[in-house]
Amino acid sequence: MQAHALEHEHGHGAPSGLMRWVTTTNHKDIGTLYLWFAAVMFLLAGSMAMAIRAELFQPGLQLVSPDFFNQLTTLHGLIMVFGVIMPAMTGFANWQVPLMIGAPDMAFPRMNNWSFWILPAAAILLVISLFLPGGAAAAGWTLYPPLFIQGGISYDLTIFAIHILGASSIMGSLNIITTILNMRAPGMTLMKMPLFVWTWLITAFLLIAVMPVLAGAVTMLLTDRNFDTHFFNAAGGGDPVLFQHVFWFFGHPEVYILILPAFGIVSQIIPTFARKPLFGYASMVYATASIAILSFLVWAHHMFTVGMPAVGQLYFMYATMLIAVPTGVKVFNWVATMWRGSLTFETPMLFAIAFVALFTIGGFTGLVLAMAPVDIQLHDTYYVVAHFHYVLVSGALFAIYAGVYYWLPKWTGHMYNETLGKWHFWLSMISFNVLFFPQHFLGLAGMPRRIPDYAVQFTEFNMISSIGGFVFGASQILMLIVVLQCIRGGRKAEAKPWEGAQGLEWTVPSPAPYHTFETPPVVK
Amino acid sequence: MSAQSHGGYYLPAPSYWPILGSAALLGLTLGATLFIHQVAGGGWVLLAGFALLVWMLFGWFGQVIGESEQGLYNQQVDSGFRWSMGWFIFSEVMFFAAFFGALFYVRTLSVPDLTSANNALLWPGYTGGWPTQGPGIKEAFEPMGAWGIPAWNTLILLSSGVTVTWAHWGLKRGNRTQLIAGLIATVALGLLFLGLQAYEYHHAYTELGLTLGAGVYGATFFMLTGFHGLHVTLGTIMLITILGRSLAGHFTPERHFAFEAVSWYWHFVDVVWLGLFIFVYWL
Ligand code: HEM
Ligand SMILES: [Cu+2]
Repeated sequence: MQAHALEHEHGHGAPSGLMRWVTTTNHKDIGTLYLWFAAVMFLLAGSMAMAIRAELFQPGLQLVSPDFFNQLTTLHGLIMVFGVIMPAMTGFANWQVPLMIGAPDMAFPRMNNWSFWILPAAAILLVISLFLPGGAAAAGWTLYPPLFIQGGISYDLTIFAIHILGASSIMGSLNIITTILNMRAPGMTLMKMPLFVWTWLITAFLLIAVMPVLAGAVTMLLTDRNFDTHFFNAAGGGDPVLFQHVFWFFGHPEVYILILPAFGIVSQIIPTFARKPLFGYASMVYATASIAILSFLVWAHHMFTVGMPAVGQLYFMYATMLIAVPTGVKVFNWVATMWRGSLTFETPMLFAIAFVALFTIGGFTGLVLAMAPVDIQLHDTYYVVAHFHYVLVSGALFAIYAGVYYWLPKWTGHMYNETLGKWHFWLSMISFNVLFFPQHFLGLAGMPRRIPDYAVQFTEFNMISSIGGFVFGASQILMLIVVLQCIRGGRKAEAKPWEGAQGLEWTVPSPAPYHTFETPPVVK
Repeated sequence: MSAQSHGGYYLPAPSYWPILGSAALLGLTLGATLFIHQVAGGGWVLLAGFALLVWMLFGWFGQVIGESEQGLYNQQVDSGFRWSMGWFIFSEVMFFAAFFGALFYVRTLSVPDLTSANNALLWPGYTGGWPTQGPGIKEAFEPMGAWGIPAWNTLILLSSGVTVTWAHWGLKRGNRTQLIAGLIATVALGLLFLGLQAYEYHHAYTELGLTLGAGVYGATFFMLTGFHGLHVTLGTIMLITILGRSLAGHFTPERHFAFEAVSWYWHFVDVVWLGLFIFVYWL
């Protein structure tokens, strides 16, 4: 078998060098590609964030023109969501799902390759758009008409980039959902699956349900822009608010698409370093499913200010608050898992604990925003910016970091440098809070978002925030160094480098061989 | 020798088709943008992207069909195809849902709201109703009636659902003549549907003044029927492929998921049409 497998890789004229990566049908290669793509996009969108914080360091206009500022915020948002968090999570799914369920690969290895390789095409479109006359799209990552209808050629490129990103997500999800439903090792019943697999199963369902809706929304933008339709134009009987409904019908489930896999990663890591099984496994599964279902029913909490009947506001307010219940169940279970565990604080665990604490802050500010009368004050202020960065940076991104440190030994066969890892954690954790905590105050005091200049009374908090931002940005270079070091060498990792870890992925050697589980393991 | 021939799950070797597909999508989207903005050469880029896409589809599907005919796909691969085709159709349902949602929204919310007292100053004298081209568009149009061509098209698509099922029965009973006759009838009905729709569009543009620009009625009408027409076109191409394969002797009474996938898709397109007939043409 082994000899056959080797022959398979090196014989058959299988491409090597760059072409290996271009043509690969191996889930581990493709997982690696996704993760590196996310890393590169993170540097790109991150440098945009640095420019934004530099401009906001002082009131007045210093570095960039207002229009370019809007291009920066738009691209920063779009790329971070679609080019960083989503591909990184898909990278984890590619690497880990087959390893965790005992499958030989993903269900459709060639389509898997295609799902990845259309991402660079979308990235190229977005990058080109920066250099076209009029610059990149500047209407915000939410693409609202009528502003979005009025832009130039880059806006059409942005629409097509979103179509491609959506196609990638749908194909990726079809693959993941089919792999999970169809390729589990004998004995691996649904309720024995690791929680990361469960969260991705539900995420894939959400993606399949809402990415087409986003595609529909941007298609209507495209025809309104170029083919004389009036979906979003009152003169023709349409309505710009229609776009917001369709967009947020996608958009709110989308935020759970970003966070559910993060929940999964954290639910793998905390039991490992608490050396206790996950508290309330079944309730975690049910909570994840309830969050997914509720996420379809709350979209208009992004639209409290557009003019909605009071019953509508009340409904969306209460429905939104309801989501806090399953979310609370999860937070409770993570804390209960740690309760009386024999905890150790390696880097993955540090990030996971920070996740629990800081994501919860983001959840609470979400609850504040869910109250319609409060949101009418806070909508489109920095309070919202603070909210979603607490859930997305200290939530989704920290979970990605935790996952990378956790599985890096399995992927590379080496242990990473724990000291540097801890430095990365503490620098990120502290600077993150310096960066975003003051934004709550700015928002409460009324500073609007997406503005390159501001009234002088906001100066101090903006300066603090910017300083936090620069430190945060610089700290991420550390992570790059740790990962590169770990790939090139370091202490050899055992098959199971973490004493308390459970699961099939730790039964194969580190680094995981190119092909694993060609004969399925039996799970008892 | 590779893992695939151990009777296990088939794992394909590295492939160039996906990267060609990515280049095709890049060409298509870049070309379409340039073409829309009338940049010289845009049309050629679009065309090149399209040609590449067609080539990729031929090559890739050709390879899959070859592998299937060699018997490389075991039972588990087959049930993987079933799961993913089902979920794919669900994603298509949601795609249509976005446009149906837009239709329901404008009919029940935005158009009535434009006639409200709030808007009386902005759009004085607008009376709303459906169909409408909105308060700001002067050119009048006539809506598409339900009981002419659309009713015939309903009959045609429904019958094509019957013929494809009849073909399936033939396949399952080993009656190849019935299989092929059923498929030919289905393809013919599909083409007839498309022909009639093309005629209807021509009629709309030249005689009814019903265009993409005819307010939100025109927008929803063409978006929904156009998208559906695109799906019928794709479905017909898929049916033709299946017909070709049947003529080449592919499929056995037990194993023929490619046929079933296409018929699932066809039934889905059929059901969407019923929604269109009721909500776009009739009510
Ligand atoms: C307890 C759970 C949550 C509640 C109750 C909640 C509530 C809200 C509300 C009401 C808004 C609208 C604020 C406004 O624009 O005025 C909002 C915005 C936002 N939320 Fe949350 N949220 C929650 C969790 C999350 C999670 C988990 C994520 C992502 C991982 C997230 C990402 C966002 C984003 C990106 C926005 C801003 C969108 C924009 O306007 O650009 N939220 N949230
Ligand atoms: Cu939301």
